[in-house]
Amino acid sequence: MAVTTPHSSLVTRHSSPVTLFTESWRSFRLATWLGWQIESNWADPFLFAIYSIIKPLSGAAILVVMYGIIAKGNFTNPLFPYIYLGNAFYIYAGAMMTGVSWAVIDDREHYKTLKYMYIAPIRIPIYLLGRGVARFITGSFSVIITIMGGVLFLHLPLDVAAANWPLFFLSLFIGVVMLAMMGLLLGSISLLLVHHVGFIGDAVAGALYIFSGAIFPLDVLPAWLRPIGFIMPITYWLELVRRSLIGNVAQAFPTLAGFSNGQLLGILLVLSLLFGVAALIAFRLCDRRARERGLIDRTSNY
Amino acid sequence: MSSGAFLTEHPAKVTGWRLFLKTVIARAYPRVIGQQRERSWMFFDIVLPLGGVIAYVLVYKAIGAPAEYVGFVVMGGAMTAFWMNVLWSMSSQLYWEKEQGNLALYIMSPNSMMAVLLGMALGGMLATLLRAIAIVLLGSLMFQVQYAVANFFQLLAVFILAMAALYGMGMMTASLFLLLGREAWHLSNLAQEPIYLATGFYFPIKSLPFWVALGASIIPLTLGMDAMRQLVFPSGFKIGFLSVGVELSVLLALCVVFLVGAKLLLAHMEKLAIREGRLTESRR
Repeated sequence: MAVTTPHSSLVTRHSSPVTLFTESWRSFRLATWLGWQIESNWADPFLFAIYSIIKPLSGAAILVVMYGIIAKGNFTNPLFPYIYLGNAFYIYAGAMMTGVSWAVIDDREHYKTLKYMYIAPIRIPIYLLGRGVARFITGSFSVIITIMGGVLFLHLPLDVAAANWPLFFLSLFIGVVMLAMMGLLLGSISLLLVHHVGFIGDAVAGALYIFSGAIFPLDVLPAWLRPIGFIMPITYWLELVRRSLIGNVAQAFPTLAGFSNGQLLGILLVLSLLFGVAALIAFRLCDRRARERGLIDRTSNY
Repeated sequence: MSSGAFLTEHPAKVTGWRLFLKTVIARAYPRVIGQQRERSWMFFDIVLPLGGVIAYVLVYKAIGAPAEYVGFVVMGGAMTAFWMNVLWSMSSQLYWEKEQGNLALYIMSPNSMMAVLLGMALGGMLATLLRAIAIVLLGSLMFQVQYAVANFFQLLAVFILAMAALYGMGMMTASLFLLLGREAWHLSNLAQEPIYLATGFYFPIKSLPFWVALGASIIPLTLGMDAMRQLVFPSGFKIGFLSVGVELSVLLALCVVFLVGAKLLLAHMEKLAIREGRLTESRR
């Protein structure tokens, strides 16, 4: 079915900024609530908490065991906090990218409600971003617990008093927004593709895991592959997060050692803006194409 | 065409072991042919595990691990294809069938559910084998992995027994998933990283504490991979958890336990699901 009813974005294009804000906020708030219900209400809170924690902790534990075998239990090497923190914060990348993009498939194919969302007075991009918030919340629990585990049991050199918290929270904020926009970019593409692109968030997050220096310095990659890492904002985001939490330990690695924190922030900001603009343009194009081709209520039945 | 002609042309009713065999083939067919038709699945099935392989190999390179660890990761990456297949296309399959409304048709049709599950297993195993081979080939070429097979027949026996036990486990858990609603998806999703950790997909299982490794041996891939690593890598015997002979015996026992368990559980769960009206429910 091609959606031909007036789209909310067309309606609000002529609205006042206050109405636009109110409508966007309502879309975001309700999508957040809905996303949280979908994510969490299949189990009781205790079971859900265990579920949310076990998966990321196991992912971290795989790396810890791998490192421990080779380093013979010596966790004082600077490479260990590099790997551990990169992996911990990369949880956000998987959560946000998959959370936002999966909402398209989930609503269209599983719940079959995307068509209703389209005719409701909400803003779809904002709605999709809101659906990613639930994954951000569960991802945050996982990140915190993973880091606490590292500090308590693996001598992760994180000194709460010495950490640069303003830099940390600023980087975290920019990074999460950037990841959400990357999720929107993937969600936009998902509008045109069939069900099995449920993998798209995982696939992209998996690929960037290799190219963003999350669990090994970019220097380990062959020289011809490194440029991919350098154009990805996640690379700079993870570096900033590491530097803000463990300072000089992170700066010891040569890949981005030539950049100051301010320069890294600047690069992160510019790349995030570029990805954000690309996501909005992609949404506009894919959304129009999906309406024209009647893909909004497609069910591929896999 | 008259109705009489239709009746005479209708094939004779197949029963007994012939029906069982035909059901197995009929259910295996879409697993093999259907999966080749959707080429993007093939891409994702190979590229996603390969991405994990590359990441973990590069971690080992970053921390200066011996060369054979690269081979361990490549083998583990190939075996993840089987685990993912068992998890998503065996264990949770009856849940998907229920969601799509096919399960009631399966139950109503005059054939054995064991044959349906066996067909799913054989078809899935064959289709996944192609992907696993692709991962091994690509991973080995990319990272120049060296193999030295110590005993080809033992290797073949380990692989066959590990697959039989693994898919037997998938058949058994499929009946358990019959009782689940939306949590089935979450449980399958959960059984990835923790299982990769417990079964030693990316490192020798011997590195884990003995009792943990022993507990993880309930999953056939644990001992299957350990035995295969001992048999195909020159220094594999040094990292073996148990001897290959013992691991072969345990895998054989697991085969029997899981296949018998699958038959018993399936019958029980089928009855329970019919009694409680869960065959057609769809809890979204």
